[in-house]
Amino acid sequence: MKNSNDSNPTAKQRQLSFEIREGSLLAKILSPRLFLMLVGFILFLGFWHLAVEVWRLPRFAQMPALRTVVTEILSPNPTYGISIFVGEYYQHILASCLRVFIAFALATTLGVPLGLFLGWSTKFREYVFPVFEMLRPIPILAWVPLAIVMFTSLEAPVIFLAFLASFFVTALNTMLGVESIDESYFRAAKCLGAKDYQVFWNVVIPGATPFIFTGLQISIGVCWFSLVAAEMVSGQFGLGYIINTSYTNVRYPTIIIGMVTLGFIGYLTSAMVRAVGKRLMQWRMRELALSGN
Amino acid sequence: MNESIKANPNMGRGQISIDNVVKIYDPDGAAVMAVDHCSLEIAAGEICMIVGPSGCGKTTLLNAIAGFHSINSGSITMDGQMLCGPGKPQATPGSDRIVVFQNGALFPWKNVLDNMMFGPVMAGKMGIKEIKEKAFSMMADAGLSGTENNFPGELSSGVRRRVEIVRALMNDPSVLLLDEPYRALDSLTKSVMHEALLDIYYKNKVTIFFITHDLQEALFLGNKVAIMTSRPCKPKKVLTVDIPYPRSYRVVTDQRFRDLMEETSELVHEEAKKSFAAGEREG
Repeated sequence: MKNSNDSNPTAKQRQLSFEIREGSLLAKILSPRLFLMLVGFILFLGFWHLAVEVWRLPRFAQMPALRTVVTEILSPNPTYGISIFVGEYYQHILASCLRVFIAFALATTLGVPLGLFLGWSTKFREYVFPVFEMLRPIPILAWVPLAIVMFTSLEAPVIFLAFLASFFVTALNTMLGVESIDESYFRAAKCLGAKDYQVFWNVVIPGATPFIFTGLQISIGVCWFSLVAAEMVSGQFGLGYIINTSYTNVRYPTIIIGMVTLGFIGYLTSAMVRAVGKRLMQWRMRELALSGN
Repeated sequence: MNESIKANPNMGRGQISIDNVVKIYDPDGAAVMAVDHCSLEIAAGEICMIVGPSGCGKTTLLNAIAGFHSINSGSITMDGQMLCGPGKPQATPGSDRIVVFQNGALFPWKNVLDNMMFGPVMAGKMGIKEIKEKAFSMMADAGLSGTENNFPGELSSGVRRRVEIVRALMNDPSVLLLDEPYRALDSLTKSVMHEALLDIYYKNKVTIFFITHDLQEALFLGNKVAIMTSRPCKPKKVLTVDIPYPRSYRVVTDQRFRDLMEETSELVHEEAKKSFAAGEREG
């Protein structure tokens, strides 16, 4: 909706014309995407409300009602102890976020280089990849006892488990990213006189970046996933810990609060990874924009 | 030959002798002879067109010169130096022989300027400022000014090809190896690209080794045209196109051009039929 008919509009004309700038807040509110998203949420929450309170479906008999959860989460004096007005709530969030941050940062700083070398050097891959592929399919929960035995502190086993899941995903995706690079880029770089380490910096790393960031998005997801699993098994704080103790203490609305919080924070962290990726891959964004995606 | 080509500062560079080269692929025990005792002389500063049906083994020859593949016997020398031959089955890739790839190989993650500067920066013989100046002047010469901040993905395929050729020329190569660079372009863009390539050639006087399956393209651009047999690949007929440069697109309607077309199209067609009968795939 741009007034581009007049090539040189006067200041007055520009003032009078009602235009919705692309990317402005107003444009976002009026976009059909937001509207559809709202409809989706309303349908989902509506079903929850009806299933529990109106239809009283047997499967949902123990499920806390939408109203109960909303009042609980917004209450300054929550019945079961956790709401947005309680400091303890934020302590749990902070504990979980800190663990994910450490685990994800470690997994990325170790997983990306490992994946790059796996993809780049055939010899290195022949040494490392079979071991890697043996360890990768082991479910994270199977690592729990070993993690507890290996690390004596309370924090370390939880972080280790979240790290492990994240690490495998990142390394594997990075390796696939290197393999996805067209051979002609390597040849072109060689023709243009690049030495091996220059090929690594100028072709391997940037060429694998799109895959690396796809991997990091999955990686942050599994990082949360395994963190919560670990917190449920052994933990003193954290969102997984809340969910598990609320279950044993029959504080069902608090379970839902923990879950919703996880969903929300998980979405935020994933969006952050995506934003960093977009920043680092201007070329890719412009290419995709032109191809109409 | 045209005067401007005689006054070539690069003259004497980029003379290539291909002598009895044999290349056998052995993917799964079944040896396939891709190139069979192929010999070809390319003079310095010449545009040599290699014509043959898709998959006949032309690219194998190019890969051997560029150093991407080894050869089984024979030798290839450039300006008297052996690139590959007895005792050295594979040439070392280097910026004296730069390939322009079939599907293009501009780095999509670098903008046009950084792509241009890549070779000289890798060589490290010039300062960054000098390299930048050279890039800008070469882009201006090729009519590419204003594209320096674009990423390759934002350019049309015709412009991308031109950028890739200029990126190669930034390194003052002795020979440009072009592997069907205009294959994916429509015929109108193609004829514009042909004139642009010749224009670059007049200015830079570099030896050009150009692979194509398009006979008209070969006769229009080349001063030497080698028509290759279908796999195994070797020259069936080598002819000189005695139409002086500079050539404009109108050349194709000249009597001499049509005579040459007539003389050669039968030969090419025969090979294409053979290749088709053998079920060769693209590539």
